[in-house]
Parts: sequence; structure tokens; C-alpha cells
Amino acid sequence: MFASISSFSSILKSSLFKPKKIVLLLPEYNSELPMSQKVLLNATEINIALNRLACQLIEKHDDFSRTVLIGIQPRGVFLAERLKTLLETEYKIKNIKLGYLDITFFRDDFRRGEKPLEANKTNINFMVEDKNVVFIDDVLFTGRSIRSALTAVQSFGRPLEIELLTLIDRRFSRHLPIQPDYRGRQVDAINGEKVKVCWKENDGEDAVYLVKS
Amino acid sequence: MSELSVNHLLGIKYITEADIQLIFETADHFKEVINRPIKKVPSLRDITIANLFFENSTRTKLSFELAEKRLSADVINFASSSSSVTKGETLIDTVNNILSMKVDMVVMRHPNPGAGVFLSKHVDASIINAGDGAHEHPTQALLDAYSIREKLGDVAGKKVVIVGDILHSRVALSNIFALQKIGAKVKVCGPKTLIPKYIDKLNVEVETNLRNALEWCDVANMLRVQNERMDISYFPTTREYTQQFGLNKKILDSLNKEIVVMHPGPINRGVEITSDVADSKQSIILEQVQNGVAIRMAVIYLLASKIKHHED
Repeated sequence: MFASISSFSSILKSSLFKPKKIVLLLPEYNSELPMSQKVLLNATEINIALNRLACQLIEKHDDFSRTVLIGIQPRGVFLAERLKTLLETEYKIKNIKLGYLDITFFRDDFRRGEKPLEANKTNINFMVEDKNVVFIDDVLFTGRSIRSALTAVQSFGRPLEIELLTLIDRRFSRHLPIQPDYRGRQVDAINGEKVKVCWKENDGEDAVYLVKS
Repeated sequence: MSELSVNHLLGIKYITEADIQLIFETADHFKEVINRPIKKVPSLRDITIANLFFENSTRTKLSFELAEKRLSADVINFASSSSSVTKGETLIDTVNNILSMKVDMVVMRHPNPGAGVFLSKHVDASIINAGDGAHEHPTQALLDAYSIREKLGDVAGKKVVIVGDILHSRVALSNIFALQKIGAKVKVCGPKTLIPKYIDKLNVEVETNLRNALEWCDVANMLRVQNERMDISYFPTTREYTQQFGLNKKILDSLNKEIVVMHPGPINRGVEITSDVADSKQSIILEQVQNGVAIRMAVIYLLASKIKHHED
């Protein structure tokens, strides 16, 4: 379909200005590639997506006085922190509440995987009772993490409403009826492929890759 | 490293330093969980745990039961006084009968040393030793070391003295193993009659003068005088024991440093420790109890994660 890397990246670039356009990544295309990973978003594109997501959040949540952001551990935390910084510095919104939620003990695959589950830190030092909660995660895949997060957050009170923001939405991979309210980019990847989100502060660069297994 | 090296917790002797650190890290997470408005996680909702107490216990049993319930496990309790054990049933028969009701894990306290080890060889379930005679009480040692870590930041390099009846104490033995494995220095202090004969084989120094021991240590773990285990007289009178080895405010204040005071409970107030010391800010006795739930949740969670899920 897409014969070369350059035509692919030109499609990526053109789609920048039409965020709703879907990037189709077909298996035949990947099998021709000598590299095992492909850039889905570069640093500039991530930055544009982050700004758009921040603006969409402001549209809905105004001054964030009744809203709390919750980054899903482990990988959602970087995105959540980026958005918080962006909202504070670029859009001058003060007192944004950001917490981290670890879902390990709420997962539905305990004792089912080969590897044991490893927990991360939960840090929610504010009330979620009657608040608008925005879950933030880097990739929405099967939706199982979000299901676990929905249960986990109940331990901290009864939120008024919960929304989901995700940088990458792997849309045909859902196991559960869960959809994002805000998405950076929609991606169609086959099950064997992996979407890897890299952050400067953790991985040395801002980029999103599609990795072939 | 995110998995225990063992399938049972029979004693600290059988686990590694990495296991202890993994249990501590997991307990950190559970300590946060038990301070939430809703203190419960659903991880173990398909696990059933039997608490078999062939010997009396209040706090350990409550602590285990609470830990199990906070992990959403199904719990059944058993006390030997109200069971067929009094009718002459053997331990393996008793446990196998309980296991045939589809129990995944057994928490057992037993008066005989080695009961847990014996059981683990004969039944198909994960065993947690909640105290076996004068042998080991691993979860108590873990929560003690965890409480030291929480209070002093680290256990490695710290000096801990265990005071009292070392001879009959499973807490002492498990504590010695645990503290040494994670790099603390351990001394024991008590009347010579209550110090085991071959204690030097464990690389533990013996001190018979309480003041010297306290001046050396960062942490003093005061053990209970276990009158029920003393078949003969090990010291002339309780009063004399208190004078020699009891911890009081006067001796504590006369030290030129602030040491941490611990006690595994139940306290004989006025015997091994006076009330004002037990309730002072140097004492972390109640923190130990709170940490007990987090540590037991961690142990149960980590052992349960090694029980593979079956489709049938």
C-alpha cells in the first residue's frame, strides 16, 4: 500500500492538521520494512497534540476548580505531568491537582500471567468525592487498565464524573466497552505490534513508535 | 526481582535477603492502601485461606484475618480447642480435610517446632507459619524489621538488642535471622538461664548487663517473659528480673542518646517494660501492630501470586 517511508511520513504530516484522520498501518507494509520500529509521532507532533489536549481540557473544565487529574501508573504519569506543566505555564491555570493511581492490586489478570505483577506508588493527596476526575494514560489498548482504575479510584471516594484522556488510542483492540474522551492520535495496530511512547524525562526523547514483535 | 524464591513462608531462615526486600517494598504499597478511605483491594477474591490456630493467639490471628480480608480473600478460621483435634485427629488429616474444601493457603500456628515445615511436605497448599513453638515466627520478625526501617530509614548497619527470654522465643530467633540477613548487628541480653547454649553459632553476642546493651544499641526489642513456657524456674522472682532486665524511664533517660523501643506484645506492663516507657514517644509498639497488617498483606499477596490460576 504505502510503498516507502517517505510517503508514509508525508501522510503522517498531512494528517497533523486533521487530527481525526486515522493512520492505517497494514501488516504487508510492515513486513517490507527492514527496521523493527516505526515513528508514529515525533517530538513536534507530540507537542502539538499535547497543546490540543490541554485546550480541549480547558474547554470542558474551565479553571479546574472542580477537576482533578489522575495519571495511571506507571506510564500515564509522564503524560499527566506534561499536561499539568503545560496548563500551568502556557495557559496560566493555577492549582491543578494531580495524583497518581496504581492499579496493580485491582487488575483482573492476577496469577494468570507468566510474570508476577509489580506495583507502583499511588499518591492521591486530595479528595475525589464529587470531583470531575480525568484519568490520563499514554496508550489505550484493551481497556482493562482503565476498568481496573475505575474500581481503584472508588477507594478514594465517589467522583462526580470520570473522563479518560489518552495520547494514543489503539482503536480496534478493545476488550471492554471503554472509549477515550480526549485522544491525541488514533492508531490501528495489529495485536502483535506494540505502541511505545517515549518521554524525554524518562527515555531521552519525545516520540511514539510502532514496534513489530 | 519481583517474585519470592519460596512457595511457603515457614521461617526467615528459608528466605533470602532479596525476598525480605521484596516483602518490604510490597508492604509499602499496602501501607498506603490501608490508609485509604476504603482499605480494601480485590486481588485475592478467588483465593481461600484457612487460619489454623492450634495455639492461642489474639493479635496475630486478628492481624492475619484483617490482612486476608483487606485483600478480598475468603477466610475460614479454626481453633484447635473447638475441633476434632481433641478427638485425636492427626495434623495431616485435619489439614487435608480442610484443603478438600478447596483452600489455597494455610496460615498455621502450632505449639510444635517444625509443624509448618512438616505440613508443607505433605499437603498441597501454600503454608504461612504464624508461629511454631520456640522455632520461628517469620511475619513478626518481618514487621519488626520493617518498623525499624520505617523509623530509622534503613536497617543495614543498625544495632539491635533483643532483651529477655531468648530461650523460649520464636520471635527472637526469627528476628536474629531477619536482621542479620538485611545487615543489622544483633546482640541478645537476658539472664544466662534464658540464653540458648549455642547462640554463638548464630554470630550473636551475648550481653548480661542491660545498661551496657542499651548503650551499645540503636533499637531495643523487649521480649515478653513467657511464664507459660517456663517449666522450671529460670530466675528467682519476677521482681528480680524486672530490676535486672526491665526497661524503665530512669535507665532510658540516663542514656546519652535516644533509642527506639519495641515490643512484640502482649506486654506485661511493669515486668519487662514500664508503662511510661511503653507509652513514650520512643516506643513504636503500636506502629509495629499497624505494620503487621501491611507486612502480612504483602506476604499473602506475594505467595498467592505464585499459586497459578487454573481454568477449571
